[in-house]
Amino acid sequence: MSDAPLAPVPGLARRVLHQPGAVLGGGLFAVIVLAVLIGPLLWPIAPEFIDVAARNQGPNLAHPFGTDQLGRDTFARVLWGGRISLAVGLSAMAVALLLGTLVGLLAGVFRWLDGPLMRLTDVFLALPLLPLLLVMVLLFRDSLSGVFGPEGGIFILIVLAIGGTSWMNTARIVRGDTLALREREFVLAARAAGCRPVALMLRHILPNVLSPILVSGALGLSTAIVTESALSFLGLGFPPDFPTWGRLLSDAVIYLADYPARAICPGLAISLTVLSVTYLGDGLRDAMDPRLH
Amino acid sequence: MLSYTIRRLAFAVPTLLVISLLIFLLLELAPGDPMAQVPLTVPPEVKAQMREALGLGEPVHLRYWKWLVQMVWVEPLVLVDHLFGTDFSEGKLRILSWQHRGPVMDVVVQRLPQTLWVVGTAYVVGILIALPIGIWSAYRRASIFDQAGTFVTVVGYSVPPFFTGPLLILVFAVQLGWFPAIYDTTHRVTDWQGFTVQLKQMVLPVMVLSLQTTAQIARYMRAAVLDNLGQDYVRTARAKGLSEATVLGVHVLRNSMIPVVTVIALGMPAIFGGAIITEQIFSINGIGAQLIGAIKAPDMPTVHTITFLFAVLIVLTNLAADLLYGWLDPRIRYE
Repeated sequence: MSDAPLAPVPGLARRVLHQPGAVLGGGLFAVIVLAVLIGPLLWPIAPEFIDVAARNQGPNLAHPFGTDQLGRDTFARVLWGGRISLAVGLSAMAVALLLGTLVGLLAGVFRWLDGPLMRLTDVFLALPLLPLLLVMVLLFRDSLSGVFGPEGGIFILIVLAIGGTSWMNTARIVRGDTLALREREFVLAARAAGCRPVALMLRHILPNVLSPILVSGALGLSTAIVTESALSFLGLGFPPDFPTWGRLLSDAVIYLADYPARAICPGLAISLTVLSVTYLGDGLRDAMDPRLH
Repeated sequence: MLSYTIRRLAFAVPTLLVISLLIFLLLELAPGDPMAQVPLTVPPEVKAQMREALGLGEPVHLRYWKWLVQMVWVEPLVLVDHLFGTDFSEGKLRILSWQHRGPVMDVVVQRLPQTLWVVGTAYVVGILIALPIGIWSAYRRASIFDQAGTFVTVVGYSVPPFFTGPLLILVFAVQLGWFPAIYDTTHRVTDWQGFTVQLKQMVLPVMVLSLQTTAQIARYMRAAVLDNLGQDYVRTARAKGLSEATVLGVHVLRNSMIPVVTVIALGMPAIFGGAIITEQIFSINGIGAQLIGAIKAPDMPTVHTITFLFAVLIVLTNLAADLLYGWLDPRIRYE
């Protein structure tokens, strides 16, 4: 391990392409992202357009996923909801990666910070996350909505809440790799050349821990999407007329017996996204594992 | 080992204190007012007295201290009294709910069996299904069974419980009509027929929860068995003429279980989290439903107590996982 350098990014890309799971997962995820980005622009029916004459329809040509109890097109709502769900997932992942990388690097580079930061990580790992997330949403929903508007407030709240409670694994991985890197000659050389700790951290260590950060990002993205959907499903996510996948699913569950398509479509969207991201993350991890080459 | 256990236990106490303080401070910011339901005709001075009676007028640190004393001293005393018929807790104040003005723990004790039944059964079922899948996937690596098994575990891992729940209701309750979609918590098992009714209504929630467990544990089991199959002791066992069943079922299984047992212990909190959602789907009147109800009420003492109980569960399972690991694998030495 000591003489096999951690994968540089171009070599990594080539090895990822040899992982069928990663290619399939990445491809599917790209398709989903493109669909929710471009789809609402191409699809003629607006997600909030109410067509009372076409209430409670099953899937047909005009409405491929059917319509809901107000006559809104489920396909348009799933596309639009995907934007929110993916935006929440990606932003929460970014927050978690930033926090985790920062904590991990600081703990790895500065010896005196290692103990306190790792104890902090342990405490966070022992927090009951789902109950706490529910409590946080309930407590801060109104005050943040007042400042940033109903959608902006809940978006910021959910992103910060999910990101702020899911950085611990990244921090542990980054710290472990940083500790290993610290003993290497190039770090010693950089130190001997007079590199200051912060520059050492950012210029020499950070580029070398990017690949494990990437993998934990892929896994974090799927967790963030599922958590947001769970919050919406429990009625403590986005406001009712704001279609996220979890919200659409929870709204459709009461009509499950009569109009199953309405619940299955958003549910499938969540599951396929998580599935593709999980395959992508697994493929990335295998591509970087030196034991498998 | 003993000193390690004591050190770990000693560390668990401050962790729990910090967590309970964090939750308490978070709830401090809550907008909920237990006096919100009191009629406007009640004069302000009476209201102030009622506030005092609920212990709301005091400074934060005092109220946290009181909660802590009630949680770790008074409530255990009540339990002791209940078990042995003593009266240590006589006249001591307990943690009261803002919703129904009764002790929080009384309701928790009523609700907990529902959750434990469903969650416990689901966990056992999930483990019993996962272990053979993991072993056989690793043994017949890259076979069709392995491919299918890996795919099913990834799907089980990706499909969240709030989707599998409605999906299973749709298939087994609506289309086939085999099992009820709603869990009747008032049902009492008195005879054989009552038992089958109970069994039937447990099938769907248990299926939802055990799917998650199965997916996770089967993945770890497969990886652990793969690691062990390449070891020298397996070749030795085969070379001395042991049957494949013995090699796999005794030698490999026992060694592969070492990491998996810790995963099983560490997975407990996650399945309790999953139970919050599952209870919502099937209307199970368990501790998760109590928590959601208290959050929406809002009933802060109940939220604080239940969240703290979850944290205790997490810390204890982490501790158990660490200790089990050292106990099962004598190669691991704690200094």
